[in-house]
Amino acid sequence: MIEKGIKIEDLRKRYGKGDTAVDALKNVNIHVAPGEVVGLVGPSGSGKTTLLKCLGAVIEPTGGRMILGEEVIYDDGWKVRDLRALRRDKIGFIFQAPYLIPFLDVTDNVALLPMLAGQPNTAARQQALELLQALDIDHRARAMPSQLSGGEQQRVAIARGLVNRPPVILADEPTAPLDSERALAVIRILNDMARQFETAIIVVTHDEKIIPTFKRIYHIRDGVTYEETGEGREF
Amino acid sequence: MISLAGRDIMHAWGKFVFTGLGLGLLIGVTLSMAGIYRGMVDDAKALLDNSGADLWVVQKDTLGPYAESSSIYDDTWRSIRSMPGVARAANVTYLTMQVRQGQQDVRAMVTGIAPGEAGTPGWPPYLVAGRHLTRGHYEAVADIATGFALGDHLQIRRNHYTVVGLTRRMVSSGGDPMVFIPLKDAQEAQFLKDNDAIHQQRRRTAANPAFNRPQDPGLLDAIIASQSINPYVNAVLVQVDKDHNAELVAESIRRWKRLTVYTRSQMEAILVGKLIATSAKQIGMFLVILSTVSAAIVAFIIYTLTLGKIREIAVLKLIGTRNRTIAAMIMQQSVALGLIGFVVGKITATLVMAPIFPKYVLLEPLDSVRGFVVIVIICVLSSLIAIRAALKVDPAEAIGG
Repeated sequence: MIEKGIKIEDLRKRYGKGDTAVDALKNVNIHVAPGEVVGLVGPSGSGKTTLLKCLGAVIEPTGGRMILGEEVIYDDGWKVRDLRALRRDKIGFIFQAPYLIPFLDVTDNVALLPMLAGQPNTAARQQALELLQALDIDHRARAMPSQLSGGEQQRVAIARGLVNRPPVILADEPTAPLDSERALAVIRILNDMARQFETAIIVVTHDEKIIPTFKRIYHIRDGVTYEETGEGREF
Repeated sequence: MISLAGRDIMHAWGKFVFTGLGLGLLIGVTLSMAGIYRGMVDDAKALLDNSGADLWVVQKDTLGPYAESSSIYDDTWRSIRSMPGVARAANVTYLTMQVRQGQQDVRAMVTGIAPGEAGTPGWPPYLVAGRHLTRGHYEAVADIATGFALGDHLQIRRNHYTVVGLTRRMVSSGGDPMVFIPLKDAQEAQFLKDNDAIHQQRRRTAANPAFNRPQDPGLLDAIIASQSINPYVNAVLVQVDKDHNAELVAESIRRWKRLTVYTRSQMEAILVGKLIATSAKQIGMFLVILSTVSAAIVAFIIYTLTLGKIREIAVLKLIGTRNRTIAAMIMQQSVALGLIGFVVGKITATLVMAPIFPKYVLLEPLDSVRGFVVIVIICVLSSLIAIRAALKVDPAEAIGG
């Protein structure tokens, strides 16, 4: 067992019952250390999204074990009562599209999570501003999402994923809508943030541009993961 | 925690304001309907208050003089006046008709009042211009709602009257303004026929062998003379001595005069409970319909707005927002829409509808408070459909696949 980060052992997920049952995940084993960014790649229908939903405590796996930080969150059943709080406090999400809340400005989009966790507004905003500064987007702090470019929106989404300092971040094709330069910039930011905040980051992707940047890559095919050492291009 | 509902409203304020304006007009109509009912009740009470009577003596077994027709002899008041406990008694007639003035006519309740002075039962309690009736014929005091002015010449049946005084808030239970004329003129006006009709009546009487007896000269003339006068009034209005109980005086009149007598509370019950009961039911029905339509509009708008935010709601749920926070956001938006609608509705009812509506619209503060509470309840209930839809959103929708 690793002390922090995320470790998944023999995770399984079956949809349906009887003759119509489909095993989306059969034998998934992943571990990501704090400060590490790993890639999760696989063809369509390989189980990437199902795995992401299981890791994100959105759907319940059929069996296996998940350890988040030092806490066993799943062991043939959820070990955590409040999955919503688990998602809020322990897991950061970065989506394919930024999905920022359109009626909140950049600062409040990022500060919303700490506010939901019970932090005072001022402290939450201060925390958000510091993160926006680290991501070099603080000059758009008062802008609405509709006023940002795609790259800027994605950086705000990254800030939102990081703001509660979660031990793990799940990034679902975060570079899909971006060109090569911006895609690499996002990966660079993720690497920086992972190191800075000791966060384990899993990047689901089939973006050929960024795959060479991972030191470790998990391939998933027919619900089974295979580990591979990547080029791990340094930025 | 920031107000998600408030931020969303500020972000899409145009949508909320214009929807609120539309809803507000509907609420304005609803408040006005309630005001119309209150106005009808107030008109009825004003009619009773301004008559200056404690008791209404009417034809036996009738609900007169306002809810049913009633006629009693015009000398009845004398015997009533002499009864113990009666301070004042006066005849009165009521006739709702079109009163002509120049080229126009106005619907009014023509009230025949007995000779006397201000304070006599049936007389207008105060004037806002001119003087009371002082002559026995062809003078009138009109409510200002008729639009008549001092010195105007009115035509009631075949006779002409000069407006010598103006009064205010003297209305029938139906809201028609009153025109006061001398009792004798009013009695005549009630049954006054045109010349052709009088001629026909006299011819028919003369042709009747029972009335036209050669051996009994003067009988035909006496019968024709009796046909041209009206010895009836609609009611006798009675003021009771201060040291007497109105109910006991009424009971005494019922017993000895064999007439029906109503006290103030009984007459109010007749006016409110019977005369305007149907109107009240109609207004009540409209209130229910308008409330239902308002609820449907709020529910539809909030549901549509919520469906437009499904992806954002999925993201909010995925990142750990509690269901109650999302439900509160939707409910607050619904209530905010209701608040905008209420403010617009109240302004519309007060400044636009009440002044121009042809009937008296009485907007009571308590009705506004009740209306506000009902609107909030409607908005809360209307938001439930949208909340249900939002809570069914799967946070997994935020994740692709």
